[in-house]
Amino acid sequence: MSRLLPFVAFLALCGLFGFGIWWNSHHDQTAIPSPLIDKPAPAFALPELDAPERTVTKASLLGKPYLLNVFASWCIECGVEHPLLQAEAPTLGVTLVGYNYKDQPADAKAWLARHGNPYEVLMADLSGKTAIDFGVYAAPESFLIDAQGVIRYKHIGPFTPEVIEKELKPAIAALSEKSS
Amino acid sequence: MTPELGQLALVLALLLALAQSIVPLLGAWRGNRAMVAVARPAAAGQAAFVLVAFALLVWAFLRFDFSVAYVADNSNLALPWYYRIAAVWGAHEGSMLLWVFILNVWTLAVAALSRNLPEVFVARVLAVLGLIAVGFLAFILFTSNPFARLLPMPLDGGDLNPVLQDPGMTFHPPVIYMGYVGFSVAFAFSIAALLGGELEQAWVRWARSWTNVAWAFLTAGIVAGSWWAYAELGWGGWWFWDPVENASFMPWLVGTALIHAQAVTEKRGSLRAWTILLSIFAFSLSLLGTFLVRSGVLTSVHAFASDPRRGLFILCFLLVVVGGSLLLYALRAPKVAGGKAFAPVSRESAILVGNLMFTVAAAMVLLGTLFPLIGDAFNLGRISVGPPYFGFLFTLLMVPVVLLLPFGPFLRWGRGEGGVLRAIALRAGIGAVACALVAAVFVHGQLKAIAGVAAAVWCAVGTLLYVYKRFREMPRGRRYPAEMGGMLLAHFGLGVFLVGVLLSESLSVTRDVRMAPGDVQTVGAYAFRFDGVKQTSGPNWRGSQGTVSVIRNGETLAVMHPQKRTYTREQVQTESAIDPGFTRDLYVALGDPMDASNPAGAWAMRLYYKPFIRWLWAGGLFMMLGGFLAAADRRFRVRRKSESSEAAALPLATARESRA
Repeated sequence: MSRLLPFVAFLALCGLFGFGIWWNSHHDQTAIPSPLIDKPAPAFALPELDAPERTVTKASLLGKPYLLNVFASWCIECGVEHPLLQAEAPTLGVTLVGYNYKDQPADAKAWLARHGNPYEVLMADLSGKTAIDFGVYAAPESFLIDAQGVIRYKHIGPFTPEVIEKELKPAIAALSEKSS
Repeated sequence: MTPELGQLALVLALLLALAQSIVPLLGAWRGNRAMVAVARPAAAGQAAFVLVAFALLVWAFLRFDFSVAYVADNSNLALPWYYRIAAVWGAHEGSMLLWVFILNVWTLAVAALSRNLPEVFVARVLAVLGLIAVGFLAFILFTSNPFARLLPMPLDGGDLNPVLQDPGMTFHPPVIYMGYVGFSVAFAFSIAALLGGELEQAWVRWARSWTNVAWAFLTAGIVAGSWWAYAELGWGGWWFWDPVENASFMPWLVGTALIHAQAVTEKRGSLRAWTILLSIFAFSLSLLGTFLVRSGVLTSVHAFASDPRRGLFILCFLLVVVGGSLLLYALRAPKVAGGKAFAPVSRESAILVGNLMFTVAAAMVLLGTLFPLIGDAFNLGRISVGPPYFGFLFTLLMVPVVLLLPFGPFLRWGRGEGGVLRAIALRAGIGAVACALVAAVFVHGQLKAIAGVAAAVWCAVGTLLYVYKRFREMPRGRRYPAEMGGMLLAHFGLGVFLVGVLLSESLSVTRDVRMAPGDVQTVGAYAFRFDGVKQTSGPNWRGSQGTVSVIRNGETLAVMHPQKRTYTREQVQTESAIDPGFTRDLYVALGDPMDASNPAGAWAMRLYYKPFIRWLWAGGLFMMLGGFLAAADRRFRVRRKSESSEAAALPLATARESRA
């Protein structure tokens, strides 16, 4: 019987490898689970892009779920994502909040004037300090934050039609289920 | 046209490999001499076609045939010819072809050097090697064809991964594959013995030199890989417990156990089943290494392109080869413990303890390597274990090995004498303690360094005591047979290695600094003066080259030129500058300019002082030499001849009877 032991142990190992192949072909290997999911969003106070004397804070956005979209005029991928956001924003059912990241205000305004502005609220983080609290790697990045100010979903990189259908919309649907 | 010829050659090689594996096995089973005789010619034919395919791929690289996708991906017009040859094994498809090519080198060597072994046994060995070749050739043809065409043909190609553009790296893969694949011979011998049911000791003696050569190649490959990581990656480290490194280290650990177990089985007849199991393990871990690196089951810093289809193929292949051989082991391994009995204090016991430590260490490394996968499987999240896990457990497991090492040669087979052992322990112990005390004065109470000196002296003195004993007691010419000389060299090498590891680990000085031209930083007793950066270029890269002068006591010891290169495809690669020395290395790596627009200004730099680091590779080289020397022992050859007469007389019927 003990002679069979190596064989049995090897079969168990093969089971693990089979699982590994299956898992890696169904999961994005570069995905890093954000520690912020299901945690309250960090507190922030940032100037509006168009009116720097006014401040947007976490408290001022509470009460309604919103999608915080980190973008910058220097970011090429943001330009890829932008038309899609513009088309989809009205149908999402949440407020689209623009988070202008490490960008000169003049550049950002010119960029929005050229490509269109889908954002209902627009704030600017010139120094990028608040972005560190959000754990932003690079633009574009988006956070879905519920009415209580809790981060429910995060997407790194540009949205694609597929990601919006398969990830973002279900995440928004889950929000309304919870609140009802 | 030539790429299609290459593919055709691979198809023909696959057909011949099928013939090489199936026909002789049937022949050995049915007692048909004609079928048995197919093994050698089929092996030669397969090797010829694999050689043709390999040569055609080299040729495609040399003449820039970018219509071949693999060539276009891994080379370009600016790549020098020697790196274009190295590019043949620079990525997945070609390195698989190299694997098969080397398997054929081993197979041919076995076919050519086994004229004195029983015909049926050789046929089985070649058949098992052929089966392995079938698996790999099918893998290449169905999932990773290096000859796939790329249309339209691009005007210029991509680039060979710049970390591979280094002279050391050119030789690293072939050498490490010689080791990996070499274990297939010991494996094939074991399987042939299991199949034939002839579990006499003879086959172990035939297998021993093959295993030793494979082990020596693997040692050389690991040393080269470690040296390359040190010189090329720019972090001054020499071992990272990375999955790919572990993949080569696990077969090495089991291989080390195997060469010792084979000695026991050959000389005393005991531990037979264990030797068979170890040879299955050693080759399985080599296959597993290939699987881990190629399949995308684990991701690693130097994993090549991963593809689930490939992973699935290798998994099935593993199931057949490893699963099949372990099942065969379960069914056919010798049921009774054979050989001569041994006492708790004996050479057998010492080797067995060492064996267990090496095997457990290999299992520990396997577990650590698979940890991220286990985390996923049991939903524990993304977890991985790093150097602290490996470093701690490995040290713990190797302590008994180091402690036992001096006694091994002194211990007698069967039953050792306590008195001799106490004398050895006393002498080596006094030497170790004395040297440790002296060292303690110099190393400022660094425990690791003191332990390193003590352990190294313990091993070295223990080994030298035995050298002296042989010198005194044996007549000239019979003092050091090759097998024993190899063992002594390798054991001495362990002592040298320990000096390198423990002293460099504990006494190294690392400084991350910002340096403007003219700045001086002191590291230990050395002053590093930064003399600025100038632009430079090579055949297929441009880069910044710093100049750093090392001054000690007002005297310039070395002028070092660390580089930061940008290759044709914008990949950035650091080239550290190293001033090597017997007792220390000085090492400078160039970081980034503090202000990107002003490369003439200040730069981030890493300065290292690494005492005795060269010793760890020297130790590895001693072990490698030991392996080659032991394999060359005349005993393995002479006895073969004397046995050939009785072996030839072995009737073919034994094979049939054992099947009944």
